[in-house]
Amino acid sequence: MNSRHKTILPWLLLSPYIIHFLVFVAFPIIFSLVLTFNRWNIISPMEYIGLSNYSRILHDRLFWKAVGNTLVFLSIHIPLQIIVAITLAEILNQKIKLRPFFRGAFFLPVIVSGVVVSILWQQLLGFNTGIFNRMLTSIGLGRVGWLIDPNWAMPSIAIMATWKNVGLYIVLFLVGLQTVPKAYYEAADIEGATKWQKFWHITLPMINPTIFMVVILSTIGGFSLFIEPYVMTGGGPLNSTLSAVLYIYKQAFFYYHMGYAATLGLFFAMIILFVIVIQKKFIEK
Amino acid sequence: MKNNGINIALKSIFYLLLVMAALMFIYPFVWMLSASLAPEHELATLTVIPSEITLKNYQVLLDKIPIGRALFNSVIVASSVTLGVLVFGSMIGYALSRLEFKGRDTIFYIILFTMTLPFQITLIPNYILMVKFGWVDTYAALIIPYMINAFAIIMFRQHFKSIPQDLIDAAKIDGCGELRIIFQILWPNSIPALVTIGIITFMASWNEVLWPLIVIRDEQLMTMPQLVTLFAVGGRAESQLGVKLASAVLLALPILVAYMFFQKYFIQSMASSGLKE
Repeated sequence: MNSRHKTILPWLLLSPYIIHFLVFVAFPIIFSLVLTFNRWNIISPMEYIGLSNYSRILHDRLFWKAVGNTLVFLSIHIPLQIIVAITLAEILNQKIKLRPFFRGAFFLPVIVSGVVVSILWQQLLGFNTGIFNRMLTSIGLGRVGWLIDPNWAMPSIAIMATWKNVGLYIVLFLVGLQTVPKAYYEAADIEGATKWQKFWHITLPMINPTIFMVVILSTIGGFSLFIEPYVMTGGGPLNSTLSAVLYIYKQAFFYYHMGYAATLGLFFAMIILFVIVIQKKFIEK
Repeated sequence: MKNNGINIALKSIFYLLLVMAALMFIYPFVWMLSASLAPEHELATLTVIPSEITLKNYQVLLDKIPIGRALFNSVIVASSVTLGVLVFGSMIGYALSRLEFKGRDTIFYIILFTMTLPFQITLIPNYILMVKFGWVDTYAALIIPYMINAFAIIMFRQHFKSIPQDLIDAAKIDGCGELRIIFQILWPNSIPALVTIGIITFMASWNEVLWPLIVIRDEQLMTMPQLVTLFAVGGRAESQLGVKLASAVLLALPILVAYMFFQKYFIQSMASSGLKE
């Protein structure tokens, strides 16, 4: 009796997880694969169309546009994020006054909803009355169409996303910096190393794991970008801010192309995993 | 002596730059608050202190959208999700860290696997599930899929491993069942873990907007971020900037107030969640 009780008990405790896994993870994965071979608008019966969704995606200009937009976002967001975060973390790691205040200030946008940040920055980036263009005109420069110029819209969102997330990465880099043994720096001092040499040869290699994590989190963030373009640009101008998730959302809930939307989801997920594997190879060098 | 003077000057410049950097993160929020309290015609000037403070924007907002109801919905959803994640997370984390059984490692690896799975794959099928379950436009759609969280399970498992076995043995001798051990013996010894997981979960749930946009159409059931988003993009703000900003203020306020009191916990929680991923 007791031993039977013992074998059944763990599974009783695990049962909520197993049910959740089967219903909300395992079934959806299988079902999403089924969906990619079908055309379906939920209301009428599902229609088997073979590989049509797959061939369609390869010729879908908007799919490649969304991939390209995300790469534009990442190529600005990741370097900017890392440079700003390491710089501010290095500063906060010195003996400075009011450190909790500064850390708290940089962290502020992290906790606030992306909706709030998007509404706020939409005003800051406004063409006529936004603070950025006011500053530009006040020093005699012309206005920039931050959100209305197709060349600027995605970079603007990338800068905004950096502002929103950088506080978290400052804290992560601070944790990383504190793991560097003091003895390393002391040894370098004896050798007469400059501050820059110490940073390049000691700090940077030691915080490499943190850099890798920031790159991965930012990559996932880039492919998950949704509410920012949804609120600020609707994906425009000229689809220049159409993001992966926004495109899935449009296909699924504007056109009710469930099969095609599932195919998009699968492809974007594959691209995320592919990009992360490449980054891993690149950073480990 | 001269060196000292240069040092002080350098220090002042350093702090000046640092304060300016901090202002870049704080000022937009201050402007948002003051703009939402300013009369509409003063908005374009971007001053921090409006000439008169008016709640007109907030009145217009309350007339136009059920923001009070949305606040209530958000509280219900985020609290239920948090409670679920804490209760189920500790049950599952306990089984994985403290009980011996066949298949334990398999389950653990499945959980790790689900953490690496991009949500883009399961988004559409999960929506279809909600339709088939008849959960569209119900709290169930917002709460039940979120009640189990792989990250929370891993955190609880990690934490329970660090608790001395003696504590559990003593409780067993007293005849405690496993549930009592979890909730009456382990929980009081796990306050930091509970706070950390609680804050991350509550915040993520409070700020979630994509899923509500997909599964909720009825305005009376919308959460705050969803209602504010649809208000901002849907044209109902009628380009009244002040009203739009007022809605953003109301959405940000609860989390900001909590942040002021528990700043340290917020930062620690978020940092540990980042590190574990």
